[in-house]
Amino acid sequence: MNFLSPDFSPAYSEIFILLMVCLIMLIDLAIGEKRRYITYGLTQATLIGCAVLTFVSFSEETKFTFSGMFVDDAMADILKLMVFATVSAVLIYSYTYVRDRGILTGEFFSLILFATLGMMVMISASHFLTLYIGLELLSLSLYALVALRRDSLVATEAAMKFFVLGALASGFLLYGMSMVYGATGSLHIQKVAEAIVNGVGNHEVLVVGLVFIVAGLAFKLSAAPFHMWAPDVYQGAPTAITLFIGSAPKLAAFAFVMRLLIDGLGELVADWQGMLVILAVLSMAVGNIAAIVQTNIKRMLAYSTISHMGFMILGFISADWNGYSSALFYVITYVLMTLGIFALIMILCRSGFEAEEISDFKGLSKRNAWYAFMAMILMFSLAGIPPMVGFYAKLAVLQAVVNAGFIWVAVAAVLFSLIGAFYYLRIVKFMYFDVPETNDPITVKFDVKLLISANGLAILLLGIFPQSLMGLSLYAIQNSM
Amino acid sequence: MLFGIPLLSLIIWLPILFGVVVFATGGDRNAQLARWTALTGSILGFLVAIPLYTGFDPSTSAMQFVENHAWFERFNVNYHIGADGISMPLILLNCFMTPLVVIAGWQVIQERVSQYMGAFMMMSGIVNGVFASLDAVLFYVFWEASLIPMFLIIGIWGGPNRVYAAIKFFLYTLLGSLLMLIAFIYLYQLSGGSFSIADYHQLPIPFNAQILIFVAFLLAFAVKVPMWPVHTWLPDAHVEAPTGGSVILAAIMLKLGGYGFLRFSLPIVPDASHYLAEMMIVLSLIAVVYIGLIALMQADMKKLIAYSSIAHMGFVTLGFFLFNAYGIEGAMVQMISHGFISGAMFLCVGVLYDRLHSRQIADYGGVVNRMPVFAAFFMLFAMANAGLPGTSGFVGEFMVIMGSVKVNFWYAFLAATTLIFGAAYTLWMYKRVIFGSVASPAVEVLQDISKREFMILAILAVMVLWLGVYPFPLTEVMHATVDNLLDHVSNSKL
Repeated sequence: MNFLSPDFSPAYSEIFILLMVCLIMLIDLAIGEKRRYITYGLTQATLIGCAVLTFVSFSEETKFTFSGMFVDDAMADILKLMVFATVSAVLIYSYTYVRDRGILTGEFFSLILFATLGMMVMISASHFLTLYIGLELLSLSLYALVALRRDSLVATEAAMKFFVLGALASGFLLYGMSMVYGATGSLHIQKVAEAIVNGVGNHEVLVVGLVFIVAGLAFKLSAAPFHMWAPDVYQGAPTAITLFIGSAPKLAAFAFVMRLLIDGLGELVADWQGMLVILAVLSMAVGNIAAIVQTNIKRMLAYSTISHMGFMILGFISADWNGYSSALFYVITYVLMTLGIFALIMILCRSGFEAEEISDFKGLSKRNAWYAFMAMILMFSLAGIPPMVGFYAKLAVLQAVVNAGFIWVAVAAVLFSLIGAFYYLRIVKFMYFDVPETNDPITVKFDVKLLISANGLAILLLGIFPQSLMGLSLYAIQNSM
Repeated sequence: MLFGIPLLSLIIWLPILFGVVVFATGGDRNAQLARWTALTGSILGFLVAIPLYTGFDPSTSAMQFVENHAWFERFNVNYHIGADGISMPLILLNCFMTPLVVIAGWQVIQERVSQYMGAFMMMSGIVNGVFASLDAVLFYVFWEASLIPMFLIIGIWGGPNRVYAAIKFFLYTLLGSLLMLIAFIYLYQLSGGSFSIADYHQLPIPFNAQILIFVAFLLAFAVKVPMWPVHTWLPDAHVEAPTGGSVILAAIMLKLGGYGFLRFSLPIVPDASHYLAEMMIVLSLIAVVYIGLIALMQADMKKLIAYSSIAHMGFVTLGFFLFNAYGIEGAMVQMISHGFISGAMFLCVGVLYDRLHSRQIADYGGVVNRMPVFAAFFMLFAMANAGLPGTSGFVGEFMVIMGSVKVNFWYAFLAATTLIFGAAYTLWMYKRVIFGSVASPAVEVLQDISKREFMILAILAVMVLWLGVYPFPLTEVMHATVDNLLDHVSNSKL
């Protein structure tokens, strides 16, 4: 019997992170509460190591390995680098918050790294099973992370909801995948695509499978009408975890849609296009309208996420590289904005005090003009007002939508973003027009201060010079199709 | 280009740069530094704008001082700016008003001075950018960006109902501009991937699409002008804004809408413009007559001037859609002159408000007994607002009325009623505030205007009279551009 060793080189960073996370768990057992910063440092080092490995092995050509179950292309590398940067920023932002709340445990770091591994596998999957394994690794880590504060009732409830609904969505996905398998006889994404092009398989069965797959995707993307878990989870989870859930997994979700819907079922575009239009418009409607009445900032941002995901989905309906690169640009800018705004919420938290309500932003410009300015940039960017980068993200998606002939969808999109502008403005109003309720000084560690300034200014600078990021998105898509 | 310096870029970015510097002066401990920096910046901003006039060639309708650099290639968007006979006077007006606004806020604003001054400096640069942009995306970026400083100015330094006014102002204008964005994207597709406004001018567009594009533009510009019935944000914004904010709103921001009609609606969709011209004229006449009557009934001085602004801007839109040289040039003159007059009127109300902290007409009376110099200035501006011959207010209105006689006698008749209503509401207010016996002990102790206030009002008075007596320097520069525009608009683009 011949045993052929697969080519490991495209997956070096995945292997590295897996080894490191096992190592970190062991080391963490040996060190006490006081020296948890060692675990933190090792985690950051792991992420940097992964980034270096990915960067060094970067190439334009697409490489398959593990019998074609795993793919390494330009899009995967770029998305993974983004994920590493995002997770690293999440850790920097949340360190103080997590420490003050007594959840700075070894599990926190290892779960985050496992989730990262899950995202990497999702991004590089070229087989339905690989996709599913990556997704489950991510999801299970996230369920546990939400429940990390065991004594908190809301967190536990949120974790429970997240778990039950997430499991249901995974079931949907699996069921859809099995239908596709039944119709085409393969689970390889490339082979499924070929089979559909060649007309193998019953179209009805394929479409039924497609419906379940889209429903499952919508769950994971928190697109309406499958969005109900998002507000509860965002609100219930500790803010640091909300930050994590709201940022890096969106990048993986983008890859997920690309691999599954575009690479795999791209031939069925006529069938999924309409579904995506409905999902997108509903998400923008529900997200923006429901966000208006929220008083809890995390819940409001959850609805804002729903509307942004709707906007991102719009990028896919044009079904060409133009739209996909716009969607990628959108999701990257969205992650950048989410990082910034949740970081600011955590800055407002002190030990023993959770900044949860929108009114906690009252008078921020008097308490600290710089953070208020950063928050204002973020809010205007989320609302899509130039010269912030959020505007160009919307512009890119809208032009793809108009290009595909969906002018009325574009009109609906801008009208809903007008509604959305209201609740972002309301936060600016609280920060700038109102007087502060407390004068507690805002103390921030130096690295957080630096990173949040970089984060905010990046949104402004990318708005003034958007070409770099747009070009990168275009490059990632064009070299992977 | 002037001595190798990109002049227009300088005009746009110098004030913005100074705005950043003013912000950086920090808290109110450095208030004096912030004020002086802002004043220096705004005066420099005006000085660099002067070569724009002296170096301008009035014999051509082509864009001058053009700069064109690639900005982001992904969507073929360029940093493309230039000035012609329509935009150049408006840029000058803006650069001229900024130092006055800075001086007007010198003492009144004691809180967050650096932010106030910085916001006005940024505003000035951004508005110059709007007027100078020759690329649709660049235009849109400046256009929307101008909302942010104004939103903050109204919301932070405004009156009691400022939050409502600020959010209403922002959302109202955003509604209009978002549809304009869709129109731009549609044109981008239609033109095969260009955001250049000049390309849009030449682009044939089917009739139905023209109508939709016209409506999208109309929403954006009509809200800004503002035209009846989308004017309701303006009285709120004006009343709640601090004096400087009101001045910039009335003198500059309203002109953005008027400019938009000339740069976008008329040349890009001429057939739709002709087709819908009657509707536009009717809306304009409603603004002139009906809003004039509303102004008559106001008890709040700022509100009265706000409504009078709407009525005067009705003249501007009326002039545009007459499609003759009198109409368009008259409308342009009206825009510039309204910039000076409405700015001056708001400054006058500001002078009173700073002393008595009331804008209610009923709280005043007999002010002339205590503030004779002020009363004289106020008289001049009130007369100009009413359109008295010899002031700049007359020139524009007269030209527009002349233009409308050529089209339809009844248009001219209705438009001319403004000379009655305008005089009625302005002078009646003037009478109640300034004349009569001293109304209250508070009026009794009023101090006449300071040197600073005198200087601002005197500068504006000179401009109002100069344009009223000798408007040639203004009409001269716009002549070629307007002729070219009319010629362009008369050709169908179907």
